[in-house]
Amino acid sequence: MFSTGSDGLRFLGVGIAVTIVLAIISLFIGVSDVSLSAIFAPDPAERATQVLLISRIPRTLAIILAGSSLAIAGLLMQMIVRNRFVEPSTAGTTESATLGFLVVTLLAPGLPLMVKMLVSAAFALGGTALFIRLLRFVPVRDVMLVPLVGIMLGSVIGAITTFFGYRFNLLPSLLAWNMGDFSGVLRGRYELLWFGLAGTVMAYVAADRFTVAGMGQDFTTNLGLDYKLVMRLGLVIVSVVAAVCLVSVGSIPFLGLIVPNVVSLMIGDNMRRTVPWVAVLGAGFVLACDILGRVIRYPYEIPISVVVGVIGSFLFLYLLLRKRQNGA
Amino acid sequence: MIIASGIRKFYGENAVVDDVSISLPRGGITSIIGPNGAGKSTLLSIISRLLGMDAGSVVVDNLDISTTPSDVLARRLSILRQDNHMTARLTVHDLVSFGRYPYSKGRLTIEDKDHIDRSLDYLNLTELSHRFLDELSGGQRQRAFVAMVLCQDTDYVLLDEPLNNLDMKHAMGMMKLMQKAARELGKTFVLVLHDINFASWYSDHIVAMRDGKVVRQGSTEDIINPEALKAIYDMDINVHEIGGQRISLFYD
Repeated sequence: MFSTGSDGLRFLGVGIAVTIVLAIISLFIGVSDVSLSAIFAPDPAERATQVLLISRIPRTLAIILAGSSLAIAGLLMQMIVRNRFVEPSTAGTTESATLGFLVVTLLAPGLPLMVKMLVSAAFALGGTALFIRLLRFVPVRDVMLVPLVGIMLGSVIGAITTFFGYRFNLLPSLLAWNMGDFSGVLRGRYELLWFGLAGTVMAYVAADRFTVAGMGQDFTTNLGLDYKLVMRLGLVIVSVVAAVCLVSVGSIPFLGLIVPNVVSLMIGDNMRRTVPWVAVLGAGFVLACDILGRVIRYPYEIPISVVVGVIGSFLFLYLLLRKRQNGA
Repeated sequence: MIIASGIRKFYGENAVVDDVSISLPRGGITSIIGPNGAGKSTLLSIISRLLGMDAGSVVVDNLDISTTPSDVLARRLSILRQDNHMTARLTVHDLVSFGRYPYSKGRLTIEDKDHIDRSLDYLNLTELSHRFLDELSGGQRQRAFVAMVLCQDTDYVLLDEPLNNLDMKHAMGMMKLMQKAARELGKTFVLVLHDINFASWYSDHIVAMRDGKVVRQGSTEDIINPEALKAIYDMDINVHEIGGQRISLFYD
């Protein structure tokens, strides 16, 4: 077990190195020829450099930011709800963010993206709060029922969204939002994702509080912390992350589920140690999936949500069945 | 001293704790006994601010629990409830370290580390300290939880059924440890106990509850006698004196 000490740090170093290698690969994959020789070749238009700066670097940064922050959002939800199988897409958060984005797009299409994101985040917060409220009627120890309630709530909210999307001829936009895709990321269209990094940093700063909250309300109160306050802080981070990812790149299912669960199996749930791991593996996993989606039927692309969805659902099934065997 | 006055708690129409006023002395071991549904655990949760009350007040060494900041109380009073279901995968060492949270807020000092090592040692957990809680037996886990509240190093330690899941050897060890901590470190333990023989053998003070009310309180002699036990449990219990201690026989 490499749970503590220098061994753990060494493994984390390996994880970071692999992620950096993936990021570099990601910079050089695509239809347009961007290689070191092309960048340094005498070309008055500096085409390769332009592609790198306007498209490839923003895309790679967007993947890293979205991947790490969505994984952290999943981790936070799991600690707050005390259930292994919740994440923004199994708690109604993503669907609420989508509804919020649709509402603001319909009512005030001229607003800047930043404001639309905030409206979307507010809806995400409301939807997640509703989910937490619903959980009061569900026995918390029922491991499977909790995500089921979230998925049902998400479906209801999703149905409302689809209805209005249909009435106002916005179904294609809805589809684009739901289908996470990095191919449209350009300079100037991904910068909101830096809020995701802020969320990750906040999760690390407050890691001990969240771990204490993950021990349950009684333990939290006994240790002198305000349980509701910690919970609200976590929900705000989760909602902002879900909203910025949705408006920037669309939703990526399962990500917040798989990465924190794998990390939990490896080194446990003490967030002081898991936050760096979850962030690095989240970024690395999405980078790997995105590269796969780009090379599988080159020169065409498969959207990230499809790749992550397929790989993720298998991993999710594995985790579910494994849990069952252990008697959960 | 913990002074509770006029405490009431209702679940719907039902008063689980019904106008309880008691003062729990400082130092030693106080046990709360009584039949199922007497309101013992509820009272303990209210005293430790885990549960709100519908009426009344609790004062711990001049600190009113409803107005004192929670993190100040966390350095005076600790509480462990029964049936702790932990979904977070933590190691024993992690768990016990969090007992220092009220002092360190996550940044452990050398003094904190001393406390952690001592608590682990007190409960024979040093060997298990890097194991995850979900890999332990129920008894080992219970000891880890107790180590955590001891690590919190508070004047008052409230434990709801601390002997749950423990075999005889560890149950006795746990009670001895409390006795030692009470004598040597001046700690006050308030326990909810089901086994009246454990209560009789180790307590300095016993509080008996029934139907949400305190029906008796006093020294072991005041409570562990056939007349008082009949009033508390509504059954005939023989009390024998063995080695200067009172032992109850309730097998028929």
